[in-house]
Amino acid sequence: MSIVKLRVNGATHEVDVEPSTPLLYVLRNDLDLRGPRFGCGLGQCSVCTVIMGGAAIRSCITPVSAVRGEVTTLEGLSKHGKLHPLQEAWIEEQAAQCGYCQNGQIMTAKALLDRNPHPSDAEIREAMDGALCRCMTFYRVQAAIRRVARGTKATGERQ
Amino acid sequence: MSNPLELPPELEDALAGLNQPSRRGFLAGSGALAITLSLSALPGARALAQAPLAAAGPYPDPDFLKLDTWIVIHPDNTATFYVGKTDGGQGTGTAFRQMMCDELDIAFDKTRLVMGRTDITPDQGGSGGSTSVERDGRPMRRVAAEARRVLLDLGGQHLATPVEMLAVANATIFVKSDPGRTVTYAELIGGKRFNIPLTGSRIDLTAGQAAVKPVTDLRVVGQSHKRYDIPAKVDGSLRWAVDMKLPRMVHARNVRPPYAGAALQGIDETSVRDLPGFIRVVSRGNYVAVICEREEQAIRAARQLKAHWQRPTVAPFPASGELFDYMRRATPTSTSEPRVEGDPEAAFKVAARVIEAEFEVPFQGHSSIGPAHALADPSDGQMTIYTNDMKAYSHRTGVAKFLGMPREQVRVVYMDGPQVYGRTAADDAGFEAAFLANELGRPVRMQWMRDEEAGWDTKGPAHVFKLRGALDERGKLVALEYDACSADYNHLWYNESDTVLIAQLMGIRPAKPAKGSVESPTTMYSIPNQRTTTRIVGMPLIWETPLRTGNLRDPNGPQVTFAFESFIDELAAAAQADPIQFRLDMLEQGKEDDVFRKSRSLAVVRAAAKLYGWDPRPSPKSQPSASGDQMLAGRGVAYTYRGNTIVAVIAEVEVNRETGRVWTKRLVCAHDCGLVINPEALHHTVECGMLHGLSRALWEEVQFDTEKVTSVNWASYPSLRHSDTPETIDIALVNGDPNPGRPDLAPYGAGECSHKPLIAALANAIHDATGVRLRRAPFRSERVLSALQAQSA
Repeated sequence: MSIVKLRVNGATHEVDVEPSTPLLYVLRNDLDLRGPRFGCGLGQCSVCTVIMGGAAIRSCITPVSAVRGEVTTLEGLSKHGKLHPLQEAWIEEQAAQCGYCQNGQIMTAKALLDRNPHPSDAEIREAMDGALCRCMTFYRVQAAIRRVARGTKATGERQ
Repeated sequence: MSNPLELPPELEDALAGLNQPSRRGFLAGSGALAITLSLSALPGARALAQAPLAAAGPYPDPDFLKLDTWIVIHPDNTATFYVGKTDGGQGTGTAFRQMMCDELDIAFDKTRLVMGRTDITPDQGGSGGSTSVERDGRPMRRVAAEARRVLLDLGGQHLATPVEMLAVANATIFVKSDPGRTVTYAELIGGKRFNIPLTGSRIDLTAGQAAVKPVTDLRVVGQSHKRYDIPAKVDGSLRWAVDMKLPRMVHARNVRPPYAGAALQGIDETSVRDLPGFIRVVSRGNYVAVICEREEQAIRAARQLKAHWQRPTVAPFPASGELFDYMRRATPTSTSEPRVEGDPEAAFKVAARVIEAEFEVPFQGHSSIGPAHALADPSDGQMTIYTNDMKAYSHRTGVAKFLGMPREQVRVVYMDGPQVYGRTAADDAGFEAAFLANELGRPVRMQWMRDEEAGWDTKGPAHVFKLRGALDERGKLVALEYDACSADYNHLWYNESDTVLIAQLMGIRPAKPAKGSVESPTTMYSIPNQRTTTRIVGMPLIWETPLRTGNLRDPNGPQVTFAFESFIDELAAAAQADPIQFRLDMLEQGKEDDVFRKSRSLAVVRAAAKLYGWDPRPSPKSQPSASGDQMLAGRGVAYTYRGNTIVAVIAEVEVNRETGRVWTKRLVCAHDCGLVINPEALHHTVECGMLHGLSRALWEEVQFDTEKVTSVNWASYPSLRHSDTPETIDIALVNGDPNPGRPDLAPYGAGECSHKPLIAALANAIHDATGVRLRRAPFRSERVLSALQAQSA
C-alpha cells in the first residue's frame, strides 16, 4: 500500500492503497462516490466513466497511480446546487430507465460537448457508441444531448 | 431539484432507517405515534444513512389487512405509501403514487413511496410478468380510497357536517357550501394510526368499504408526471444496492468452475494467503468464494486462487453451432398433447398451396449492465440483505430456508439496481452474500464479474419451430400446424433455496427439476383448422450449468412471435397479399373475447398502419437483384398481445447489400394497454422495450463450446448500441375498447408487450427489402450477407 494523492471534484484526497488499484474502487470505496459504477472491468461499457484532462476515461481500467490532474465524476457536474445542463436535459427527456449506466451516458456526452458543442446526429452516435445501456435508452439519451447541443451558446460556457 | 418537498434519496434512506423500529412498533399496534422528521432535523442525514438499519429482529410480516400497513399520514400533511413492489426502471413507482394520490385526493408531490422492504411493506411479491399496475395497482387504489373514506368520516365529525356536504382537495377537507371551513388530513390523523381493518383473501383482493373512483374522475392518473427517481439517478446522489456499505464490511468474489459440470478436487490456499487484505477462502461442494478486506483485493485473490477441477465425463452441452440439430434430435423431457381445432389434415389435403418453414432462436442472455450484487449483514443473529432483487419477498423466504434461519429473522431491503427483466427473480448474489456473511460473522458484499454475469446468468431458452400453412385458392389461410421446441428444462424459478446457483454448486437439489415452458402464439386471428404441438428438451447437463434458463422479459414471447408472425408474413407473401390487410382479414373473422381483444387488435393494427403511412402492397418490395442500389429499404409489421395488452410494430429498415448490415431507420408502434397511468413514462417503456427487442433481433446470441460459455463480455456478446438506434420512433397509445370512456376501464401491463414482436417485425422488414427470408435470429451482418449471397447465387 502507498499514499496516493488525488484531486476529485475540486477537493484533494489522500488514500492508502496499492498503486495498481483501479481508480473506480478508490472513487467508490474510499471517497464514497456513487456516480461511477462497475459494469465490466474491461473498459467496454462506460458505466465507470469519469472525466480526466477533458477526456472521458474508463476508471475500471485506470490504475490510481496513472491519474494525472483533476478527476470529475458525475457528482462533480452540478455546481452550487445547480444541475449541469446535461443533467437537466436528462430529466426533461426522462432519459433513464433503470439508470445504472446513465453515469457513462452523461459523462461521455459531457466530454463530447466540451470538445464539440454542436455535434451532428452522426457525431453524437459515433461519440456515444461505446456507452452501453441494457435498458436501451439510446433514443432518449440522444434526444437529451441534442437538447443541450441546441441550447449551447459558446464553448466553455457550460461548466 | 424539481421540488423542494421531494426528499433527496439519502434523507429518504435516513428517514426509513430512523423510522424503522417505530414503524414496526406502529404496525404492531403499540399505540406509539409514527416518528416523523422534518428536513431541518436531519443535518447529518448523509452520515445517518451510512449507519445500518436498526438490526433488532424479529421481522414479522406486515399485515396487508390493516390500512396502516399501506398508508401513513404525517403531521405535515404529507403521506407515505408502502407497497410490496419494485421498479426496474419502467416508472411503476411513479405510477403507484399517481394511482394512490388520485384515490386519496392528495397532491403527487406531497407523497413518498417505500417499496420492497420485507419488514415494512406488505408482500405483493415484488415485480414480474407486467403485473405491477394491472394486478397490484388495484389494492393500492382501493386502500387509498378507503383511507379517504375514513378521513372524510373523521372530517365530518370534526366539522359537524354530514359527509355528503364535504369535498376534498389536496389533503384538505372542506364544506362545499362554505369552503373556508376546512380540516386537513394531518389535523385529523397526522402521525396516528387509522386502526381500520381491511378484507381480502389474497393481497391483490385487499379492499376496504370504499369504492375506487370512476376513471372519468381521475385527475393525477393520465398525467405525464416526471418520474421521481430520475433526478437522483442523474446527479449521482441515489444510494443503490451496489452502494450499500456497513461498518466492518468485507468484499467477496466467486471462483466459478472453469468448465460446466466440473468437480472441485482441491484448493491451494497458499496461492492467495499472502495477498494483501486476504481473509478467507470459503468453499462447499463446487461453490468457492474468496473474501478480502477491499474490493480490488478480492478480485485479485479470486483470479489468483489455484483450484483443481475435474472435467465431467460427459460433455455438458453441444457447442452452440450444433445446438439446433441437437434440439431437433433430443428426446423431449415433456411433450404436450396435440391441440387440434377443426380438421387440419383434411384442410391440408385440399389446399391450393402449402407453405412450410422452420425457425431458430438461440439462447439469449440477460447480460445485465451491472453484474449481480448484494450486501448481507448478519448482525445480532439476524440477516439483512440489501439487494435489487425484483422479488424481494421470495428472496427473504429462500435465504431463510437456505440458511436454516427462522423467516422472521431475515429481512430483505430492496434498493435500485440495474435492469431486472427476470434476472433478479432469483438473486444468486444475495444468497451468496448471506451464506458468506453467516460463515464469517461480518457484513459481506458480493459482486459478480462481467464474464461471470455473461457466463452464468440465466438465459432465455433457445427455440426451434416448424410451421406449415395451407392457403386456399383465394389466398386465405385455412389451416396451420405449429410445432415448437424449447430448451427450457430445469427452468429456474423464484429464489428457491434448492435451485439458486449456490445451492446447485453445493449439490443441493429439489426432488424434481422444473418442467420448463413452451408457448403457443398469442393472436386473435381466425384460422379454422389448427394443430399445435409443443415439447421441451434439456441439455445433457441440467444442474450447475451456465445454460440455466430463467425468465427473460416475456420468457418465450419474442421467440414464439418471431416464428409465428414471420410465418404469417410468408403466407401473406405467398398469397400476394398486403401483409397488413392479410392480418386484418384474419382478425375481422375472429371471435371477440371478454377483454375485447378482437376489437382492440383491429384498432391497434389499423393505428400502426395509419401512423406509419402504410401503402398496401405485397412483400417483397421489388426483385432486389434487378436493382443496383447498395442500400435496400423495406418495411415489416408484426402484431401480438401479451396478457391483455395488444401491440403492433412496424419496422423500416435499410439493408446494406455489400456488408449485410441492417439499420432500423424507423420504428412505429401502436399499443393498447387500456387505461394509461402516465403517458410519457409509458412511451419510454414502450420505446425501450422495442429497442431491447431490436437488440435481440440484431445482435444477441449466447455462444459456447462443449464445456463453457464463450460469449463472456461486450465484444463476444454484442448488444444494441447508439449507432443502431432508429432515427425516428413513433408511438400511438391506442384505446381500442368498444366503450373507450367506460368508468371501469382497467390499466393492463406494459412492461413487456412492445418487446415481443420486434424480431418478427425486423425479419419481415428485411424480407420486404431484400426478398430474403431470415429464419434464424439474430440477424448479424455476416448472416444477412451470406443469405443475400445465397439468394443471388
